[in-house]
Amino acid sequence: MEKIKNALPSIALLAAMIGIWWWVVVATDSMIFPTPGQVVSGTLELADDGTLWEHIRASLMRVGIGFSLAVAVAVPMGLWMGRVDTAYRTLNPVFQIMRPISPIAWIPLAILWFGVGDISPIFLIFIAAVFPMIVQTASGVHTIEKRYLHAAQNFGVSRATLFRQVIVPAVLPEIVVGMRIGLGVAWLVVVAAEMIALHSGLGYLIIDSRNAGNRYDLVIAGMIIIGLIGLLLDGLMRLLEGLKSVRWRYGR
Amino acid sequence: MEGKIVVKGIKKHFGKGPTALPVVGGVSLNVADGEFVAIVGPSGCGKSTLMKIISGFEEPDEGEVTIDGVRAHKPSPKGIVISQHGSVFPWLTVQQNLMFGLNGNGHGDKAELADHYAAMVGLKGFENAYPRELSGGMLKRVELARALVVKPEILYMDEPFSALDALMNLKMRTELLRILEEERHTVILITHDVEEAIYLADRIMVLSPRPTTIQATFEVKHAHPRKLSSPELQQLKEDILAELGL
Repeated sequence: MEKIKNALPSIALLAAMIGIWWWVVVATDSMIFPTPGQVVSGTLELADDGTLWEHIRASLMRVGIGFSLAVAVAVPMGLWMGRVDTAYRTLNPVFQIMRPISPIAWIPLAILWFGVGDISPIFLIFIAAVFPMIVQTASGVHTIEKRYLHAAQNFGVSRATLFRQVIVPAVLPEIVVGMRIGLGVAWLVVVAAEMIALHSGLGYLIIDSRNAGNRYDLVIAGMIIIGLIGLLLDGLMRLLEGLKSVRWRYGR
Repeated sequence: MEGKIVVKGIKKHFGKGPTALPVVGGVSLNVADGEFVAIVGPSGCGKSTLMKIISGFEEPDEGEVTIDGVRAHKPSPKGIVISQHGSVFPWLTVQQNLMFGLNGNGHGDKAELADHYAAMVGLKGFENAYPRELSGGMLKRVELARALVVKPEILYMDEPFSALDALMNLKMRTELLRILEEERHTVILITHDVEEAIYLADRIMVLSPRPTTIQATFEVKHAHPRKLSSPELQQLKEDILAELGL
């Protein structure tokens, strides 16, 4: 009940936006810009013939693979850089240079190296997600409070125990934050990558709908679906933040 | 007679070269097996630095620390540090925290041992709680139990109760004495609380301001539990405060 109450203002705002949108389109007699009703019927049309689900599945699959690869590389790399100063000093400047390069800028190289198949967008997602997660994990290791490391040293535990019971759990909350950032960026990038290179996915849906007969109802339907799925993915990552083993860090 | 812990001529500077700040200016002391020594000093006098050196977390510039006749220059489970802010791992349950130091063999059933010590410090029923669900006093008990469970010979306590409220502070003193009755440890306690030192310690050393040295030593021969309002202990308190310049 409380939750519904808190959500009321934003639901009202969304309803108002849709209302204004509808009114403006009708009032200006636009030939090309669709009303919300047309967007909904366009979406239903796509859902009926099954292409909508194919596009969604294609985009999610690419994000799933690219993001998983990025986690598999970034977490061990970040832990290593956080623990070994030489590794940090050597690699950190390189990653700091790579990180601000928009993944979109990699598209020509991706096409050159991997062609226009599934591998290009997966590569782009990997590039987009891996750097923020490495940086976040390494800084997580650096901010482990000294008193915990001292306690471990005092008890004379083995390196394995130190890693398993102190370093990894201490950094886990930072890793989860990094994953949330990484997945957000990955979702941004998959759509952009699909707009240029491929024959399926939500990004392709948008570009294809425009090119094949100015179906702006489907363009907007694609945009809204991207937004909703992004929200859903972020919600999933938030669930991770609620796990008992990381909640201590967020003060909740 | 050689003590359990022998500290010889410890000196320590912060920084290097001509601007180096002398912090510990030559401290020697001897702690017998099973003895409870309290070290009191004005704040910022370098008592925590001295404790870090004795417990092996910092190297002195000069002098050495020997424990049971062996030179000690790194931390070991033989002497466990309990400090003001505590270091109970927030991501482990109480029981997991207590089992943390129990690696290797010879400890029997770890969980059983952990629960035994949890009960000893009054945490029965909280074995599966996470630290954030506990109060400050209970966290202190977890920390104490985690130290005791590895059967250390020495406890290094650096202002252990000063982050607690006044009532809990008094309660923990009594608890500590009760636990020490059961398992006789050698204890070095650093504190700025003169009454705490008088209540707990067999011997009290007063440190001078920085660079710190031992300025005076007082024996406390009274049997436990001590009544701080007794005339002799009141007099002792005045004497110690006088040494501290109050």
